[in-house]
Amino acid sequence: MSSDTLLRIRDLRIEAHVGDDWTEIVHGVDLDLRRSEVLGLIGESGAGKSTIGLAAMGYSRDGCRISGGSIDFDGIDLRAASERQLRHLKGSRIAYVAQSAAASFNPAHRLMWQHTEGPLIHKGIARHESEAEAIDLYRRLRLPNPEEIGFRYPHQVSGGQLQRAMTAMAMSCKPDLIIFDEPTTALDVTTQIEVLAAIRNVVREFGTAAIYITHDLAVVAQMADRIKVLLRGDDVEEAETAKMLAAPQEEYTKSLWAVRSFQTEARPADTAGDTPVVRVRNVTAGYGAVTVLKDINIDIHRGRTVAVVGESGSGKSTVARVITGLLAPSVGTVQFDGTDLAPSYKARPLEQLGRIQIIYQSADTALNAAQRVREIVGRPLELHQGLKGRAQEDRVRELLAEIDLDPDTYIDRYPGELSGGQKQRIGIARALAADPDFIICDEVTSALDQLVAEGILRLLKRLQETRNIAYLFITHDLATVRAIADDVVVMQSGEVVESAPREVMFTPPHHPYTELLLSSVPEMNAGWLDSVLKERDPESIGGGS
Amino acid sequence: MLRTLRKAPLSAKIGMIVIACYVLIAVFAGVIAPFGETEVVAYEFEPWGGDYLLGTDNLGRDTFSRLIYAARNTLGIAALATLLAFCVGGTLGLIAATIGGWTDQLLSRLVDVLMAIPALIFALLLLTILGPNLVNMIIVIALIDSTRVFRLTRAVAMNVVVMDFVEAAQVRGEGLGWIIRREILPNITAPLVAELGLRFCFVFLTISALSFLGLGIQPPAADWGSMVRESASLITFGDITPLLPAAAIGILTVSINMVVDWMLHMSSGLQD
Repeated sequence: MSSDTLLRIRDLRIEAHVGDDWTEIVHGVDLDLRRSEVLGLIGESGAGKSTIGLAAMGYSRDGCRISGGSIDFDGIDLRAASERQLRHLKGSRIAYVAQSAAASFNPAHRLMWQHTEGPLIHKGIARHESEAEAIDLYRRLRLPNPEEIGFRYPHQVSGGQLQRAMTAMAMSCKPDLIIFDEPTTALDVTTQIEVLAAIRNVVREFGTAAIYITHDLAVVAQMADRIKVLLRGDDVEEAETAKMLAAPQEEYTKSLWAVRSFQTEARPADTAGDTPVVRVRNVTAGYGAVTVLKDINIDIHRGRTVAVVGESGSGKSTVARVITGLLAPSVGTVQFDGTDLAPSYKARPLEQLGRIQIIYQSADTALNAAQRVREIVGRPLELHQGLKGRAQEDRVRELLAEIDLDPDTYIDRYPGELSGGQKQRIGIARALAADPDFIICDEVTSALDQLVAEGILRLLKRLQETRNIAYLFITHDLATVRAIADDVVVMQSGEVVESAPREVMFTPPHHPYTELLLSSVPEMNAGWLDSVLKERDPESIGGGS
Repeated sequence: MLRTLRKAPLSAKIGMIVIACYVLIAVFAGVIAPFGETEVVAYEFEPWGGDYLLGTDNLGRDTFSRLIYAARNTLGIAALATLLAFCVGGTLGLIAATIGGWTDQLLSRLVDVLMAIPALIFALLLLTILGPNLVNMIIVIALIDSTRVFRLTRAVAMNVVVMDFVEAAQVRGEGLGWIIRREILPNITAPLVAELGLRFCFVFLTISALSFLGLGIQPPAADWGSMVRESASLITFGDITPLLPAAAIGILTVSINMVVDWMLHMSSGLQD
């Protein structure tokens, strides 16, 4: 092979242990990576992106095995290499940056101690000598106080900083290849942009080759020189980034690109005289001495969707807790249909509880794994409408049909036997079973793949039209807001900074914070990151958070 | 269910077979034993063999028959005490975890106080005060062991209480009973069943220990713990008879642990 190629994977096959058998999950994937090149691997969950990324280090997860093909890293056959050889390669020449930096750092040691471990083990460099290099890396990654930040514990720095510290740690041995596995997926948009910029700069400066794994097309467009699309363990297509964005060849790739086009038509607000179905009035609330919400006012009218956007910590989920009565406000009230609601759900009548429902972000914890769909959806029917036996089952079947799941197939399943999107649909059916006027959707699509998420959004829209339900849509994803919201409320540190109909919100001029949020959303255009960075004062990138 | 049993490792299968044998012997003690439980059939300390398979004890009762009847007494009392401990400790643990706040603080601190006293000494103390009869013994053992059950139930239930589906049940207006029975309990059965097996062992050992010390099952009822004590002096003559009831205790404890190990393994999600 040419000396220019760093990593060459041919006909890679990986099997996973399912039940008693081995099932192939990666079906013969080829991959080439040149020195100093960044390859983007994209696909939905289950596409095998992470599995292939790990295989590039000669590693397979517990319960998986590499069953065929060759992995050649700079002339070394990783499949034939001994444990000892592999251990030396990992860390010194190949490094890995995981999605959750918080879970990857040892909370008992300072960042610097963990950073200098690699050079000590692999290169025999004394800790105090590599500290200087660490500080240099921290500076290049634009971490605040580079001289000092390494001597903190992982819990003492923010998520975005931790992700950059982890990138620094991966760079500590000057590796030839770094594998980034969804490094910004768990971050807010405003933090994500800083981490993206930092990663890209440092990778370019050191001329490191990288495999960048993500499900976010707009992100991969900024980071990668080439993009490879995967679907259920198979190659779909591969091309230079610009070419891939401009002219995708395969149907599947086109469908990924098309997802972003879903949008409800704008509906003018002709609600002047109506009583809002839910009205949050001058609410201040907090936990103990900490005030999380400061004087919040939100009106939600029947049949309309209000999106609440903001970064994590902005208090948007606390708004939901106040409306549902899980957290009593210290000042202010929540009105439902013109009447004041009791501060705690315990004091609200059953009939009122049924009319306000929640759909949760994580369907894994939102559905009781020990109950069948029949009981999950049937229980609210019994509680709120007194339906029992045959009548209850008929209604459960109607609801399942309404959320596009075949009643005969799914009514007796446990949540563990459903996919992520199906679970979310059951969550919706459970909320509908109580026949609500108002549903709080708390980040309902953020744990889902784009195609699945779009299906859920379309379903919610259709249900709103047929049942005239009002939604409070809590999200940090502005693409979702653009798709489904009628009115938008922007929150920052517990306060409403801007509140307007969608068209107004997305047309300049914006409130400065809204402007920051909007401009931080990655766009499907390879030059986006550069242009945004150029526009902003370069010092502001990486200085904050 | 059958499939799960068939896939169990060898150790768990052996354990289950041994436990089944003990239960059968306990249930059919009257049929299997050649003599009555308290019947004096010969002179004291007859040797093994002849009419008396394992000889006779210090009062001339048949050792083999008493070993069999002791299974019934010891196992029955242990089962009752364990069940009672689970009903009390489990219910309170679930209530503490679900309601939280002051209720939880009150119950937890009470349990801490009870657990601060060494179990065996506490049991001896209470039995000395209340008098060593059967009902008292069951209540005292159940009380002491329920504190351990409480701690475990509360800990595992707290992991479930924070889940969104419990919150969803609360805000749709479900009562405490439904939340505990239908939302939480089905999600913590695996660790509780494993604890049930383990707890049974501890209770059973406590009964034997109390009986050995003279405050447990009272003569003339047969019991493995007191049988060890009564025949202990035979050891000095090179007779291994006192080791038989001890072995009966040991084998059952080990068997239960083998089954519990397998259950814990399954509940932790490690399939292979």
